Amino acid sequence: MPTPLVVSDVAKSFTMHLRDGIKLPVVAGVSFSIKAGECTVLGGPSGAGKSSILKMLYGNYAVDEGQIIVKHEDGLVDLAHASPRTVLAIRRQTIGYVSQFLRTVPRVSALDVVAEPLVERGEEREAARGKARALLARLNLPEKLWALPPATFSGGEQQRVNIARGFITGHPILLLDEPTASLDATNRDVVIELIAAKKAAGVALLGIFHDHEVREAVADRVIDVTAFAPGKLAA
Amino acid sequence: MTDEPLLRVSALSKFYGSRVGCDNVSFDLWPGEVLAVVGESGSGKTTLLNCLSTRLLPSSGTASYRMRDGQFRELYRMSEAERRFLMRTDWGFVHQNPADGLRMTVSAGANVGERLMAVGDRHYGKIRATAVDWLSRVEIEEDRIDDEPRAFSGGMRQRLQIARNLVTGPRLVFMDEPTGGLDVSVQARLLDLLRGLVTDLGLAAIVVTHDLAVARLLSQRMMVMKDGRVVESGLTDRVLDDPRAPYTQLLVSSILQV
Repeated sequence: MPTPLVVSDVAKSFTMHLRDGIKLPVVAGVSFSIKAGECTVLGGPSGAGKSSILKMLYGNYAVDEGQIIVKHEDGLVDLAHASPRTVLAIRRQTIGYVSQFLRTVPRVSALDVVAEPLVERGEEREAARGKARALLARLNLPEKLWALPPATFSGGEQQRVNIARGFITGHPILLLDEPTASLDATNRDVVIELIAAKKAAGVALLGIFHDHEVREAVADRVIDVTAFAPGKLAA
Repeated sequence: MTDEPLLRVSALSKFYGSRVGCDNVSFDLWPGEVLAVVGESGSGKTTLLNCLSTRLLPSSGTASYRMRDGQFRELYRMSEAERRFLMRTDWGFVHQNPADGLRMTVSAGANVGERLMAVGDRHYGKIRATAVDWLSRVEIEEDRIDDEPRAFSGGMRQRLQIARNLVTGPRLVFMDEPTGGLDVSVQARLLDLLRGLVTDLGLAAIVVTHDLAVARLLSQRMMVMKDGRVVESGLTDRVLDDPRAPYTQLLVSSILQV
C-alpha cells in the first residue's frame, strides 16, 4: 500500500505572549504514516491534541519541529516547511479537509460552497454544481436549502454541507475532524458509506471520530494520541 | 498557473526623514493571489501600498513587475509615463474613499468608460455596452448609468469604483481599506462581490485592511505589520488560527466576538 503521508517527530506548542510568554506544549514526537485505501483514526481523550495534529497536516497550524512528508504531484514535499503557495497547491490538489464547523461566507449558496473546491481544481462550474447537487441529495439536505447561504442552517445541515464540500473532490488524502458529530443516524450511515467509497477509490483517510459506532465502522487502524503527550517523549 | 511571480518586492523601505514608513519589506506575489496587509493605523501598511503602486517612491529597495510580455521591469526605474500607463491599464487602485478614485461630476457610465478609452477603445456603443455590463456585475441598475456618483450611496460609489478599476481587465489590483466606512450589511455585500470577482477574473490583489475578518474572507496570504516592519506573514488561516508573533496574538485576541 502506498503511504502518501508520513509524519516524523512532529512537535507543537503554543507560546502565549499575552500571558507572560508561557509555553503550552501540545504534542511531541508525533510519528506515523497513513496508507492509501485505509481510514486511520486518531484516538484519545479531548485535549490530547488530535485536532491540533489534523490542523498541522493541513497547514492551518504551524509546526515547531519535525517533518510532514506529503506525496504531492510527482514529488515529495515537507508540508511543515512549505511556502504558503505550496500549502495552497497541496490543499487544492492533494489534501482535503472536513472541519468540525463550516465557515460560512455571506451570500454564497450552499450549492456553490460545495462546488467551490471542484471549480478551484479547474472543473467547469455547471458540472461542479451537478456533482454538488448529487452529493447534497445523497446527504438528504432538503433541496429548498441548496440555493440559500448556509449561515442560517442548523448545525446538522451545516455539517452536511461541510461534508459534501470535503468529499466532492478526488483528493488522494482526506482529513476528517469529527464529521459526524451533529448528524442523525441516517446521515451518519451515509457518511460511513461515503468513507467506504473513498477507501475503495484508494484515498488515504485520517479522522477523528468520537462516535464509537462510526469509528468501529470505518477505522482500519487507531493511533493513540496520548502516546504523543509532550512529557512522554523520553519514554 | 505560472511559475513566475507577478510582483517581486525586495527590501523595500520608506523613511520620512528619520521616521519609518515601512522598513525592509520583501515578498513575492503570484497571479491569482490575494495578499492582505494588516496592522493598526500608523503601522506602515498604507505607505507600503503607496510605494508598491508607485504613488510614492521608496527610499530604498526594489519592486519588479512581470509585464504582459513576460519581462520583469523594475518599477522605480520606469518613466513617469510608463508608470501611469501601467496604472491605467494593467493595474487598479481601489481607494477607501470612493471620491478619491472616481470622478464625481461625470456619469457612472463615463467613469467606467473613461478607463476603456484610456486603453484605446473608441467605439461609443461598445464602450457603453461594456459599461452597462460592468455596472450590472457590481449590482448597479442600468437606469443609473447616466447619474453622477454624487447621487449614489457610499456602498454604490464603492461598487462603481470597483467597476471602474476592473473594466480594463487589470492583472493586479491594490485596495486600501475597500470596505472602510461602510455599514456592516453593505460591507458584507461588497466583500462577497469582491471575492467573486477576484476568483472569477483570477486577479492578484494586495488589500490593506485593519479588519481581520476582511482579510480572512478575501485573502489567501497575510502580512502583519507593526511600526513599519512585517512581524509575521503566512497563510491567512494559519496566521489567524495560530498567531505566533506577540503583536499578531494581540490583534487576534482583540477581535470582538458576536
